[in-house]
Amino acid sequence: MAQVEKDALTGTDTTGHEWDGIKELNTPLPKWWIYTFYACILWAVGYWIAYPAWPTLSGYTKGVLGYSSRGDLDNQMKMVAESRSGWMGKFEAASVEDIAKDKELLTYAMAGGKFIFNENCAPCHGSGGQGAKGYPVLADDDWIWGGKLADIEQTVRLGARGIHEDTRISDMPKYGKDELLETAEIKAVADYVMSLSGQGQASDDGKVIFEENCAACHGEDGKGLQEVGGPNLTDGIWLYDGSAEGVLAQINNPKHGVMPSWEGRLDNASIKQVTVYVHSLGGGM
Amino acid sequence: MKHEIFETNVIVLALAIVVTISIGGLVQIVPLYTMEQTFEKVEGMRPYSPLEQAGRNIYIREGCYTCHSQQIRPFRDEVERYGHYSLAAESMYDHPFQWGSKRTGPDLARVGGKYSNAWHAEHMIDPRAVVPESVMPHYPFLAEKELNFDDASAHLKTLAMVGVPYSEEQIAKAVEDFTVQAQGEDGEGDVDAFLARYPKAAIGDFDGNPEKITELDALISYLQMLGTLVDFTKFKPELARR
Ligand code: HEC
Ligand code: HEC
Ligand code: HEC
Repeated sequence: MAQVEKDALTGTDTTGHEWDGIKELNTPLPKWWIYTFYACILWAVGYWIAYPAWPTLSGYTKGVLGYSSRGDLDNQMKMVAESRSGWMGKFEAASVEDIAKDKELLTYAMAGGKFIFNENCAPCHGSGGQGAKGYPVLADDDWIWGGKLADIEQTVRLGARGIHEDTRISDMPKYGKDELLETAEIKAVADYVMSLSGQGQASDDGKVIFEENCAACHGEDGKGLQEVGGPNLTDGIWLYDGSAEGVLAQINNPKHGVMPSWEGRLDNASIKQVTVYVHSLGGGM
Repeated sequence: MKHEIFETNVIVLALAIVVTISIGGLVQIVPLYTMEQTFEKVEGMRPYSPLEQAGRNIYIREGCYTCHSQQIRPFRDEVERYGHYSLAAESMYDHPFQWGSKRTGPDLARVGGKYSNAWHAEHMIDPRAVVPESVMPHYPFLAEKELNFDDASAHLKTLAMVGVPYSEEQIAKAVEDFTVQAQGEDGEGDVDAFLARYPKAAIGDFDGNPEKITELDALISYLQMLGTLVDFTKFKPELARR
């Protein structure tokens, strides 16, 4: 039925198909294209043999090279670990104090620590550790939980009110909400707290209430107690709102900051590096 | 010319297309149901709690996946930044999965536990308050919009129909579990029983406003569980190579 003939105008064969008098020219694909196509098919067959390719009912063909992307990653990470092992072994073995004393380790820790800090800590503490409302400044020497290398390491590892079972924890009572103090007493002690940082005058009542209720965590002199995470109230550096209303609100129904626990999320060497880095920001204490 | 029959008969052509595509589909899809390697054997996976599931629905509704992926690929740079590569098993109860294909923001597959609830709340209400250079849109309305969860059981039941193994108990207690998770220790509910049903779930008031359960509570509860379920100390990577 198909009748191949030569097209008079172009000299090309027709396919022999004819629709309503319209005939189709047979213009084959160029040879280079066809051979490239066949070569690709051959390449694919080679690929099936070399790499994981075909699913079977219970698994898949693994390929003679035994390649797997996860295996590849494992090997790569092993190589990375090996090339770093000299350093990492030293970080593993050294305490944060040793690292800070060893010039070479310190240089390495500062570079690594900065990277780790920007990725994990900057969203809360700011990119230079400058802090924000509710997130303490790490670049000063006012510390809630202590600014010695070991203290910082502990805070980073365990977090504060975090998910680690030994996390640092300290909850200020809700003096107003739970009606532990009268409204007038709260006002008096708030005035006293303001006066500690040189703002306004306080009554003696306020001082007594402070010593009875607050000194256990904020210290007799209000300068803070790092063992229980009670911040210094005398230095004019505020974690929350340092205005009179802010202090009242904190006593009525305290806010509590959560610092995540990093043990398990960051490896040991990373925790030590970031500790040394943070210590360098604040000049330490 | 042998293919004239296809060119001149539309029904034959359609049938041939169906047959060809089916072969391709069968070869690719059927083995996923029979192959042992489809899901890695892991410990810790559980279906989403009703509150997390509601948060997930909001995540999808707001199109967070247009900027965030939830899939850490097995490459060194990703693993060093985000943590262990994602496993198929980790999206086993996802309908639909949120792997995503665009990272304007960071991958979220393991964001659970990385930040505090307070940080998430601030960040969702105004991202630039905590990350000054952020280009993420703000979602302050989530904190105001109270969540309607009368239909929590129906949601779980629907998911059970497509294969998520919710137990009768989980379905029956869905509405109750909503409040238990969002109120935590401060509420009246039985937190221990809830945690037995949904181990490792984050509990408590998430958005800083214990008065009501908002869409933000649900969204943060979802963010806080992402990537936290699988116990990687018991995971054998050699058995999950591919
Ligand atoms: C979700 C926000 C958040 C992230 C992320 C975060 N922190 Fe914190 N961090 C806090 C809060 C809130 C506090 C204050 C805790 C308190 O009030 O007791 C804190 C406290 C600290 C302290 C103690 C400060 C002091 O004055 O004693 C250190 C040190 C610290 N963080 C370091 C880090 C490091 C290092 C990282 C990154 C690995 C990090 N933080 C990540 C929120 C965060
Ligand atoms: C059980 C320990 C504890 C007691 C008792 C306590 N506090 Fe606190 N207070 C804290 C802690 C911890 C914080 C810091 C919260 C945080 O880190 O997020 C804090 C924070 C504050 C702040 C805010 C400081 C800032 O930088 O913004 C003020 C003000 C304050 N307390 C006042 C008081 C007063 C007044 C009393 C007594 C009526 C009191 N506290 C009793 C533990 C305590
Ligand atoms: C226009 C793109 C865009 C959209 C849409 C978007 N984000 Fe983001 N997101 C970003 C960018 C960019 C960042 C990084 C800067 C920052 O932290 O704000 C980010 C950061 C985050 C982070 C912090 C991640 C980390 O590890 O630091 C979370 C959590 C997050 N987004 C959640 C969401 C949720 C939930 C939604 C949907 C309601 C959403 N995002 C929608 C762009 C987006």
